[in-house]
Amino acid sequence: MLDYTPKEEVQRDALVVNPAKICQPIGATYAALGIRNCMPHSHGSQGCLSYLRMCLTRHFREPTIGTTSSFYEGTAVFGGASNLKKALANIEAVYTPEVVAIHTTCLSETIGDDVGQIMEDVQEEELIDPSIKLCAASTPSYVGSHVTGYDNMVKSFVTTFAKKTKPNKKLNVIPGFVDPGDIREIRRILSIMNIPAIVLPDQTDVLDSGIGGKRGLYAHGGTPLGDVEDSANSMGTIALCEMSGGAAANLFKNKFKMQIQIGPVPIGIRFTDRFIMKAAELANVAIPPELEQERARVVDMMTDAHPHFYGKKVAIFGDPDIIEGLTNLVLEMGMEPTVVLSGSVSKKFEERVSKMVHPLYPDSQILTGADLFTLHQIIKNEPVDMLIGNTYGKHIALAENIPLIRVGFPIMDRANLHHFPVMGYAGAARMVEWIGNTFLDIKDKTIPEEELEVVQ
Amino acid sequence: MPDITSVISTLDERQPYIALKKAKKGGELACDNTSIAGSMSQRACVYSGARVALNPVTDAIHLVHGPIGCASYTWDIRGSLSSDKETFRTSFSTDMKELDVVFGGEKKLSNCIDELAELYNPPVIFVYSTCIVGIIGDDLQAVCKNATEKIGIPVIPVQSEGFKGTKSDGYKAACNALKELIGTKEPEIKSEYRINILGDYNVAGDVWLVKPLFEKMGIQVITSMTGDATANCISKAHGAQLNLVQCSGSMTYLAKWMEKKFDIPFKKISYFGLEDLSIALRTVAEFFGSEEMMNIAEDIIEQETNRIMPEIREIRTRLEGKTAAIYMGGAAKALTLIKGFRELGMEVVIIGTQTGKRADYKQISYRVKDGTVIVDDANPLELADLLKKQKADLMVAGVKERFLAYKLGVSFCDFNHDRVVEFEGYDGFLNFARELDTSVNSPVWKYIGSRIGDSYSGSKGAEGIKGPSERSERKNETEGERNNMQEINSITLQEESVA
Repeated sequence: MLDYTPKEEVQRDALVVNPAKICQPIGATYAALGIRNCMPHSHGSQGCLSYLRMCLTRHFREPTIGTTSSFYEGTAVFGGASNLKKALANIEAVYTPEVVAIHTTCLSETIGDDVGQIMEDVQEEELIDPSIKLCAASTPSYVGSHVTGYDNMVKSFVTTFAKKTKPNKKLNVIPGFVDPGDIREIRRILSIMNIPAIVLPDQTDVLDSGIGGKRGLYAHGGTPLGDVEDSANSMGTIALCEMSGGAAANLFKNKFKMQIQIGPVPIGIRFTDRFIMKAAELANVAIPPELEQERARVVDMMTDAHPHFYGKKVAIFGDPDIIEGLTNLVLEMGMEPTVVLSGSVSKKFEERVSKMVHPLYPDSQILTGADLFTLHQIIKNEPVDMLIGNTYGKHIALAENIPLIRVGFPIMDRANLHHFPVMGYAGAARMVEWIGNTFLDIKDKTIPEEELEVVQ
Repeated sequence: MPDITSVISTLDERQPYIALKKAKKGGELACDNTSIAGSMSQRACVYSGARVALNPVTDAIHLVHGPIGCASYTWDIRGSLSSDKETFRTSFSTDMKELDVVFGGEKKLSNCIDELAELYNPPVIFVYSTCIVGIIGDDLQAVCKNATEKIGIPVIPVQSEGFKGTKSDGYKAACNALKELIGTKEPEIKSEYRINILGDYNVAGDVWLVKPLFEKMGIQVITSMTGDATANCISKAHGAQLNLVQCSGSMTYLAKWMEKKFDIPFKKISYFGLEDLSIALRTVAEFFGSEEMMNIAEDIIEQETNRIMPEIREIRTRLEGKTAAIYMGGAAKALTLIKGFRELGMEVVIIGTQTGKRADYKQISYRVKDGTVIVDDANPLELADLLKKQKADLMVAGVKERFLAYKLGVSFCDFNHDRVVEFEGYDGFLNFARELDTSVNSPVWKYIGSRIGDSYSGSKGAEGIKGPSERSERKNETEGERNNMQEINSITLQEESVA
């Protein structure tokens, strides 16, 4: 039995058991994979890159690329400058990227490598073809988490490449550390609204690419470098997630005097409404009736199924922005979020979710910077009917005999979920169907034979 | 050793690591070195080596001293199973933050150990060091020594700073940790014949298909290491008279140490495939010099082979003549796979490892046919080129290669941590054959490269799909399709350089 969590509260000040977060480099790499012909580069020892590629591959079921400075003992003593220079020369020779997005690791940060300076040297000494663009983000693993790494890398794209020229009448969207299925949904909504968009970064056709056809080392998706440069000229920027993308949005505001909106993530009806209204406002367009009809269909689905999930208790864990949206959705469905827990630390998230949940359910626990050991303890003391989170919730789901609705990262034990949205009305529809029918499946499997209903 | 030829186009520095086996003797394959900066190596680090080799100890606490990533990436992904406690499937980290890096992490580490002892009262705590620990200079040895005295539980440091070597050095770090346990308890002697199973990680339950075979032969298996091992049985490992080493890359170091320290000889064997399995059983019976045991071994070999052969033969008809690519972490698995494929009528066209040594590659080159490509520490681009160039029908490797193969229309079998069925022992070999059959003969490959109109023209797509018996006729056609796909390659192959 995998149940090793005691029900009784235990005092822990130092130890983390079963983390609900990963480290910055994986977020930085994921962001870099959303730029066309971009090679993510890990400036550290090779384990970091190997691990994060493995994790990305398990979730997306796609080959993931990335290179490493391959630090060894000597590098740690003498610094990583020569490794990085050599790495860049080799990357140019074999992988011919358009962009190399370098991120640091706890190792290179601690030995004090100044990647910015090394990059300047490389460019000054023309060690590589100047047409290959470089950018870098400081992403030590001991600060923040995977969402911070994404945030820092996207900020670096904007700092390094965005250039003010002439207005382009486009809307920038920074999706955050989310699945390609969600990015496609956002693109679809904007296309219905007739709003030209720069999605930065864009992992569609990179981490959900189709099979066959011409494919080189680089998948054909990703934000073109030209669009990254042009993003300075857009009419506004919406960052869907505060923690993964907020920093870049603020940069657009401060450096390019652009109107911005940071969050809330368009998950659930009201949050999707807000996204659509903000996009319409920034682009100065009317909201098309098509979207109203789509919204009406989701509301219809919710009403048709409402007895199946009303009053059910649910525990939600994952990244702050995403689970804030999920909390919004389950509240709309009439479910009770008894615990909402993030691994990454965000006080603002805690306050916002508390404001949503506590007026209705004053006893619900909203935690930030916590682990799944704590989550399991809470569930043991306050049993729930359903768990929403990533693959690692399955230990808890098994121990407590509750269903796990898999949303978040990483999901390594189910295929193809990343192709489908959680965001937008389509995402809400999918979640309503999934959650409602999961409860019915359980009912059908567990009730006495004589109570089995054909109609429900 | 095979001749070094420019098999595919890659970095000049990488050329010596890729070789084509030819009849005439040539140069040597380069291996056993650190990876080149800027490469997309499939290799990992010292910590990763230590973690995979040691993590299957089921009732141990595996505490990772470092920032969160190193613990997150390795949480319960080994695929090892336990017949008892599942403590090893819980992730423990000191989650070092910026202040810990500035002021040192020793105090936090020692607090974590105290909390763990209180919470779980485990038989042993392994503390893994990560890159950062090696840089800021936390004295892991001293913290662990003090903790052992304080809490009365062995707290064993695993010196696995990621950058201090290669994955192989990590295996050594794991073995060094095991050395601290071995010999600390008196073994219970239940048979006059006693062995340890080393280098088996009980992935998907492998050990459970092998151990009963030895028990039938009247042998006591004191411990397997480290698959399904407990701290208690590891501490009694010195009670064995023979160590069987399967994953030689990770456990030979420990076997040699046990030979020196406890006078226990070791033999390298494999439990995969009919031939290697028979060799393993006979080797052990021969070692103990018991005629009775040898008779039992022969009985097992005959009965078990007869039991699984009908289905193997049937599957073989569908696999015969297909080509396979092998890319493994260690050389031991790669070597035994060559025989396994032969038993299923398949031919190996590419073979590579992440951590193979010179002697391993020599062995490999003796066992493969001319025209086989041998490669060390390949990157994905090289692997993709080789798969196309060598026209592999199937690849056997780990998770990072799976989707690379799929995208090229090459079927795949995981022989690493992500597999969910046993491949060792007799039933394991049957599982292996079934899995190859499932992937190679799935209709999904027929759709690759197909287009909307194809279903109606009958050349490809749904109407083009045929049953298993008809598929061999389509082989040439499929190969043609695959050749067309080579256009998708971003690197030009140097045809003329391959004789």
